[in-house]
Amino acid sequence: MINLEIPKKFGFLVGQAHQVATEVMRPNSRKYDRAEHTYPKELDMLAAVINGMNESGALSGAGAAGATRGGGSSTNGAHPKDETTRNGSNLANVLSVAEVSWGDVGLLLTMPGQGLGNAAIAAVANEEQLQRFGGKWAAMAITEPEAGSDSAAIRTTATLDGDEYVLNGEKIFVTSGDRAELIVVWASLDRSQGRAAIKSFVVERDNPGLKLDRLEHKLGIRASDTANFVLSDCRVPKENLLGSPEIQAKQGFAGVMQTFDNTRPLVAAMALGVARACLEETRERLQEAGIRIDYDAPPQSQSAAAAEFIAMEADYESARLLTLEAAWMADNGKPNSLNASMAKAKAGRTGTDIALRCVALCGTVGYGEGELLEKWARDAKILDIFEGTQQIQLLVVARLLLGKSSSELK
Amino acid sequence: MPSQQQNLTDRSMAIGLRALNRFAGSPVVDRLGLREPAERFLYSASKTTMRTAASAGRTFAAAQKLATPARQPTAQPSGLFDLTPTDEQRMLSESVRDFALQRLRPAAIDADAACTPPRELLTQSDNLGLTMIGVPEELGGAVSERSAVTAVLMSEALAQGDMGLAVACLAPAAVSTALSLWGNEEQQATYLPAFVGESIPAAALAVLEPRALFNPFKLETRARRANGGYVLSGVKSLVPRAVDGELFIVAAALDGRNPALFIVESGAGGITVEPEPAMGIRAAATGRLTFDDVELPAGALIGDASAEVYAECIQLGRIGWSALAVGTGQAVLDYVIPYVKDRTAFGEPIANRQAIAFAVSNIAIELDGLRLATYRAASRADQGKSFAREAALARRLASQHGMSIGSDGVQLLGGHGYVKEHPVERWYRDLRAAGLMEGVLLV
Repeated sequence: MINLEIPKKFGFLVGQAHQVATEVMRPNSRKYDRAEHTYPKELDMLAAVINGMNESGALSGAGAAGATRGGGSSTNGAHPKDETTRNGSNLANVLSVAEVSWGDVGLLLTMPGQGLGNAAIAAVANEEQLQRFGGKWAAMAITEPEAGSDSAAIRTTATLDGDEYVLNGEKIFVTSGDRAELIVVWASLDRSQGRAAIKSFVVERDNPGLKLDRLEHKLGIRASDTANFVLSDCRVPKENLLGSPEIQAKQGFAGVMQTFDNTRPLVAAMALGVARACLEETRERLQEAGIRIDYDAPPQSQSAAAAEFIAMEADYESARLLTLEAAWMADNGKPNSLNASMAKAKAGRTGTDIALRCVALCGTVGYGEGELLEKWARDAKILDIFEGTQQIQLLVVARLLLGKSSSELK
Repeated sequence: MPSQQQNLTDRSMAIGLRALNRFAGSPVVDRLGLREPAERFLYSASKTTMRTAASAGRTFAAAQKLATPARQPTAQPSGLFDLTPTDEQRMLSESVRDFALQRLRPAAIDADAACTPPRELLTQSDNLGLTMIGVPEELGGAVSERSAVTAVLMSEALAQGDMGLAVACLAPAAVSTALSLWGNEEQQATYLPAFVGESIPAAALAVLEPRALFNPFKLETRARRANGGYVLSGVKSLVPRAVDGELFIVAAALDGRNPALFIVESGAGGITVEPEPAMGIRAAATGRLTFDDVELPAGALIGDASAEVYAECIQLGRIGWSALAVGTGQAVLDYVIPYVKDRTAFGEPIANRQAIAFAVSNIAIELDGLRLATYRAASRADQGKSFAREAALARRLASQHGMSIGSDGVQLLGGHGYVKEHPVERWYRDLRAAGLMEGVLLV
């Protein structure tokens, strides 16, 4: 039966996440925006709390590690058999990520133990690997100077030498790369075989062949470090390859891409959190300025500010529901590549759009560093870029809708 | 069963309608047998350009009156987030969609030009039981439970065929739903039997007034108390099937204060009607009603002039228009996808170009967001939660993105989209309506 309200059973989870956002994220937002590259030590305490919470399932999706394999087991208690729909971990993760991002998305992104690499490990690691890598903070290294969205163009190579793979290449934009304990590195077993030969390898951060080149200075999400690495004859045990070592023309790349179906709704959720923060702050400022939002009167009959606010809220609602839909589909075992990308596209662009418009509506209060709106507007932009840019999402959606291959629709 | 071979529409419709308690059994199928229209004959409304007195209409007299007004109960969901319609909703919307695609779509171009819905089509649609969906069972209604979501799904399905014809088909249902939701036992006994009978009256819910920045909560149409009843004056704009209308529900400010709803029979003296064709939804035969000191009986006032009832009426109407935008938006998406794959330019299908492909992606994205927002507003209404905000957000999405989808539909076909050889030019005109229409529909 159609119902688009958040189920009551997630109330506790969202409440906890909101508390974390209010008590830990917000008070540290400006501090680590200014002190870029300084490790937010407050998060260590939080990570311990969250690990405790994970036992009960709450806040399991506070970072990308929450993304689980397609089916999405319900972590929030068994559901009665007569229910025909599932509200499981994917929906829970989206909700908690949005809530914590409402606090601070930069801090969320550098939550210990909650890296994107953890999502990849969760999605494709075998039991032995889960044993070895479980509980460790794992970053993800995909992008290269010459390969951004086009991850099939990766130049980093992996060559089998005895019981070890030898990795050589350069990786950029590795979120939490310096702080994580593990880096999941994408590399090609055979560059002549294209995307099918691309595999992911778990590299320990202290591997001598993995050298930190520099930390980036960024527009936003400054609390979250972004590292560039050089891999030179970086040797890893062959058991550190995630998934099958075979080069399969059809399945190889699909395996690594599958991670994205689960992580794209989470990035969409981050954008929702930032957008909601902006809307709430702006609504207060507008009220102070004597603007009343009337949902019954047609927007065109109200002040321009009220009409703009309603327009922003409408797009926020659209993005929010698209994101919940993608997560709900994952929870119910429905293929959601299309919906995950639709959610990411809509939420990514809406987050940036809302944040920038809120800054303008609030004038110097919005633009100045005295409040957080200007920071949120800088933070929001990355959410329309990483985990697949706006344009990549539109491409994914179009190919699926039009039945086009990547060689037909480039 | 009808002796003739039933086509696909008939069969699927029979399946869908069997889900309805009222319609179970084969005699119903016979009644609903949608025979191929032997001849489509359009009865003219808009061709008459001069003002005329409103149609004389039938006489409505109170039948067996219940002690208290009947209301449909609502079913409550489990509380889980769920996008799965019930089996009944799925069957109903599939049947209605078949009807829309096989009957409304082919009739749309002529009906648009004539500013008139084909009479045959209206009969078929009346037989679908649209006016019975919102009526309580004890008054002859079709569905055991009140569901705005069901009405949304059916409206969406109809508009996938054609928005203008959907409005023509749904206009009487808004009146029967309003009487079911807010009518007292006297009003229900007087008017509802006609909406569950054989010959459904042309009826409409008239809210809009002809001026810029119109706000349905600030009406210029006035009703003042006089002689134990009311006297109604004012002008209502874009009323569907106005010329043939037999019964109207009219929004008017009571004694110059808060807006309220009044039942107005077309036979009441002092009503003039003139065709008011617009940019789109022309098949709905829109017209302008002028009330010149129309005397109404004391029983004409609906819902004791409650502000809540009026606000709910406006909000449910907006959800209805969003639902129509979803349906027509889906028609656009389904039309442009094969077109851009077939159409070649510079040696390959234009779908291979990002500029084209991304426009298709954006139609799909905004359409899905609009659909979900519309469902949410309707679902909250069914759950007895506040839905003013959600209705406003769905409407805003329908206004902005519905318009863009209509525009992109034409743009993707280029010059071919601008001519009537393709339906996208009509959808462009129709989709603009969703952002400005008030009333008319009630989910």
